[in-house]
Amino acid sequence: MTNSPSSAPVPAGDKQWPKVATAGFDGVVVRFADSLSEPANRAALAFRAAVEAAGWAAIEETSTSLVSTYLRFDPLGCAHDAMMAQVQALLKTRDWYDAALPQGRRLWRVPTVFGTDLAPQLEEAAARAGLTPDEAIQQIAQTQLRVQTIGFAPGQPYLGELPPAFDIPRQTELTPQVPEGAVVVAIRQIVLFSVTTPTGWRHIGQTRFRLFRPDAPEPFVLRPGDEVLFEPISPERYAALEEAGADGGATSEVLA
Amino acid sequence: MSVRLIIHRAGPGLSVQDLGRSGYLVFGLSRGGAADRLALYEGAALLGHDPSTAAIEMAGLGGTFEVTHDTRIALTGAPMGATLQDGTVLRWNASHLLPAGVQLTIGAVRAGSYGYLHLGGGIASELQLGARSAHLASGLGARLTDGTELPLGRDAGGAVNMTLEPEPRLEGGRLRMVPSLQTGLFGDAEVARFQEVRFSRDSRANRMGVRLLPEGQGFALEGGLSVLSEVIAPGDIQVTGDGTPYVLMSECQTTGGYPRIGSVLPCDMPRVAQAQAGAEFRFTLVSLDEAIELERRALADLERLPSRLAPLLRDPASMRDLLSYQLVGGVTAGRELDEGL
Repeated sequence: MTNSPSSAPVPAGDKQWPKVATAGFDGVVVRFADSLSEPANRAALAFRAAVEAAGWAAIEETSTSLVSTYLRFDPLGCAHDAMMAQVQALLKTRDWYDAALPQGRRLWRVPTVFGTDLAPQLEEAAARAGLTPDEAIQQIAQTQLRVQTIGFAPGQPYLGELPPAFDIPRQTELTPQVPEGAVVVAIRQIVLFSVTTPTGWRHIGQTRFRLFRPDAPEPFVLRPGDEVLFEPISPERYAALEEAGADGGATSEVLA
Repeated sequence: MSVRLIIHRAGPGLSVQDLGRSGYLVFGLSRGGAADRLALYEGAALLGHDPSTAAIEMAGLGGTFEVTHDTRIALTGAPMGATLQDGTVLRWNASHLLPAGVQLTIGAVRAGSYGYLHLGGGIASELQLGARSAHLASGLGARLTDGTELPLGRDAGGAVNMTLEPEPRLEGGRLRMVPSLQTGLFGDAEVARFQEVRFSRDSRANRMGVRLLPEGQGFALEGGLSVLSEVIAPGDIQVTGDGTPYVLMSECQTTGGYPRIGSVLPCDMPRVAQAQAGAEFRFTLVSLDEAIELERRALADLERLPSRLAPLLRDPASMRDLLSYQLVGGVTAGRELDEGL
């Protein structure tokens, strides 16, 4: 993650975007912007849904990143030029930046310990944001964050967007290991880890919310468009949630 | 009673692998699957299987195996020493009959990185998200450990003691690549230099990626660290901050922010997987049209694999009990043999 998010929408009628390019032997990427914006994020989600609905025979799978849609296809069954033309034609059918968010979105409330030895970089991240730790917790807890994309690891959300103060860089050195359920912050985004991983983002909170459940009927819990509130809890409450199962005390309601 | 494979001792890098899972990229799960997919096709040809049949992938070192009923097996990928309990040596790139209750010991690789043990009927472990592959990076499935038992599918039967000359791929060599999303950012001169420089495979390599050390100066990209994070795929050559390229493998993450100078053709990926540390590589940029031609040929080669099987001519000197072997490729009728045992 090296993007620097901005909320500036792509100007309507900008002929430069979207851009279509091949990616490797069997990929096409449609980029709706070169920095994070909500309209471009919605466009990427909506365009992927439209490709899936179109049911083109050569498509093998599709995905979205923050502001782009990816199509993997079989170039032996459909030449690159033909696939690019098909994509361009579909792009012309509407204004994708105007697309609505996906249906059936949910709001998740996720119990979170901020700071303590469970999440040792709260003070450091708050200082970078020019806030006290309590102010940082308060600002984060009050921001309803949206899942902009799932990626990097299974079921792992990129959540945005935090107030401008949190436009803090990643650290230069990697933290060798941050546990599953960790809440990490950089560049006005939060990532909630679905695996134990090294990271350059700062570890400010810890949850017991398991995002990837290979054997469950719904293996991937969060979907793009879902919203998340991190609700501060005490380390004692966190300890008690060990018995709470894979949700770790998280609850969800359908957003209207 | 279904047939089981018993793993008495497991090397550190054993896992069940098939061709992986498609369709979960959008949820952050890459396809995964065998590091050397060609080896799965070879094993399938040797046993008359579908290439999607699951096998045991062995990174660097094998283990000790036993089956509960006579079972056809095949050995492909990086060659390793394979010996039956009675001292009989089994040839690599060949199919054999593994008698029930006889321990098969597979040792360290002699060349390459990933060896494969295929069993008649295939590994029939539970499907997870539509496949049996362990996706180690994401905690889907796990490495196999001492004492693991795995069910095998029903073997439709077929030949054993057949051999298949493998496509050479263990020693590095030339990798064909096509442009990727940031190839243009590197500029023509750097892309040209990328094709002139020799790379050697670093000791840092796993199912997620293989690091290649350039001879001389790296390929750091000015401003490369501000590339917006987007989709990455196996074959992509990511250049990290210090200018060192990584070729992404089957279990790579699904998004990344490092610039990609190109993407290795799928048909050359077994070469990347199998190279040992120190193996040399060079890159050649090809057009998408050339890539289609190369992939078409590779696909035709895969389809021809079953027609290339040849009877395994045994070296009598390596046999303990000459009378117990057929000297050329024979045919068994699958597990019908079990009936009399």
